[in-house]
Amino acid sequence: MSFWEYANPKKFMVTTAPVLPWLFAAAGVALVTGLVWGFFFTPEEARQGSTVKIIYLHVPSAMMAINAWVMMLVASLIWLVRRHHVSALAARAAGPVGMVMTLIALATGAIWGQPMWGTWWVWDPRLTSFLILFLFYLGYIALWEAIDDPDTAADLTAVLCIVGSVFAVLSRYAVNFWNQGLHQGASLSMDKQENVANVFYIPLLVSIAGFVLLFLSLVILRTRTEIRVRRIRALEARAQQGEGRA
Amino acid sequence: MIALLRRDLRLAVRAGGGFGLGLAFFLIVIVLVPFGVGPEGAVLARIAPGMLWVAALLAALLSLDRIFALDQEDGSLPLLATSPLPLEAVALAKGVAHWLTTGLPLTLAAPGLGVLLNLAPGAYGWLVLSLALGTPALSMIGTFGAALTVGIRRGGLLMSLLVLPLYVPVLIFSAEVVRRGAEGMAVATPLAMLGGVTAGCLAALPFATAAALRINLR
Repeated sequence: MSFWEYANPKKFMVTTAPVLPWLFAAAGVALVTGLVWGFFFTPEEARQGSTVKIIYLHVPSAMMAINAWVMMLVASLIWLVRRHHVSALAARAAGPVGMVMTLIALATGAIWGQPMWGTWWVWDPRLTSFLILFLFYLGYIALWEAIDDPDTAADLTAVLCIVGSVFAVLSRYAVNFWNQGLHQGASLSMDKQENVANVFYIPLLVSIAGFVLLFLSLVILRTRTEIRVRRIRALEARAQQGEGRA
Repeated sequence: MIALLRRDLRLAVRAGGGFGLGLAFFLIVIVLVPFGVGPEGAVLARIAPGMLWVAALLAALLSLDRIFALDQEDGSLPLLATSPLPLEAVALAKGVAHWLTTGLPLTLAAPGLGVLLNLAPGAYGWLVLSLALGTPALSMIGTFGAALTVGIRRGGLLMSLLVLPLYVPVLIFSAEVVRRGAEGMAVATPLAMLGGVTAGCLAALPFATAAALRINLR
């Protein structure tokens, strides 16, 4: 019994089918708990007032935006090395989800920035690199859509994902060099000294868990859809062949 | 490899269109800038380094889709792939040919257009140097983008979407070189970073380009 057995599409479908509803339910519970707790049962921060509460959307979505790209990178590498179709389809499935996460992070950041910084948008390193990440997602998804042959599309997007990752990291440091930031440092880290206070920290962790679960459920759901689309295409091709023979 | 390079250069010069077009585009964009932002010299001088670089970058983008598309149409791309020359070398030669026909003329023309934008006198040397260092990276990234989209009909627009985000680091460092040069500050750091990016692109991207070509030719 090895991990790679789940790369078999049939095995993947059979295993994920019963898990998926539970995953969605867990995501829902964690999101509702985290957000309700965060929005209604935490004190208002001294200087920021109630605007601080957008952190429960902003930080988790920003984390997932980056982690989704990392997941796509890993899945692309697995596809290039081991040629498991489920891996390529999972990378494809994660693309739009990651893009929406990036958009949520950018939008909530703008909504928070307007009252706090007095502007919707500044060319701050963190903001700028997120905008660039958004462009990378756009290009990745567009390349998937543009190519008809599924294997060629999977290969080319995997190559693009790897090269894009290198350039995304490079852009991050280039942008740091280019402009000094307005954005605060990390809200979470292993070093307890830098963390936000505990009252905000625990509901934040719960909503992060909710976002992770939601991301997993959406990716698995979308991967299942992609596998079904493939199956339908294969059946149609077989049916056409059958008609040709008859 | 040299033969391929010479063939590409001859095609670019004799077939017309692509060679002068990039330069003309560069000129037109720079001429349009003062109409957009107004003719005051101080304003133009402030934005000149960035505008020159953005215009050069867009001009370099124009001729990218001809790198592989023409070879794909007349069937010489599969021939190149089956030739004894490794595909990585083909990719490198294509990138160099693109640079010689686009990046080099842009570099040479840039000081003249700097005059139009009232560029600070101290910045001309840095402008030429940054273009000379940065445009090879643009050509290599562009060759990679062209290889990705060679199988797609009307892939030009998609290629811009793929390639332009990859241009960001080059643009940041090189515009910074010119800006600092114009203000008389030390330029060593962005210059070294730009050189590093270009060296990395020259060394690594031919492999990615060749991989994309192999997939497209399968």
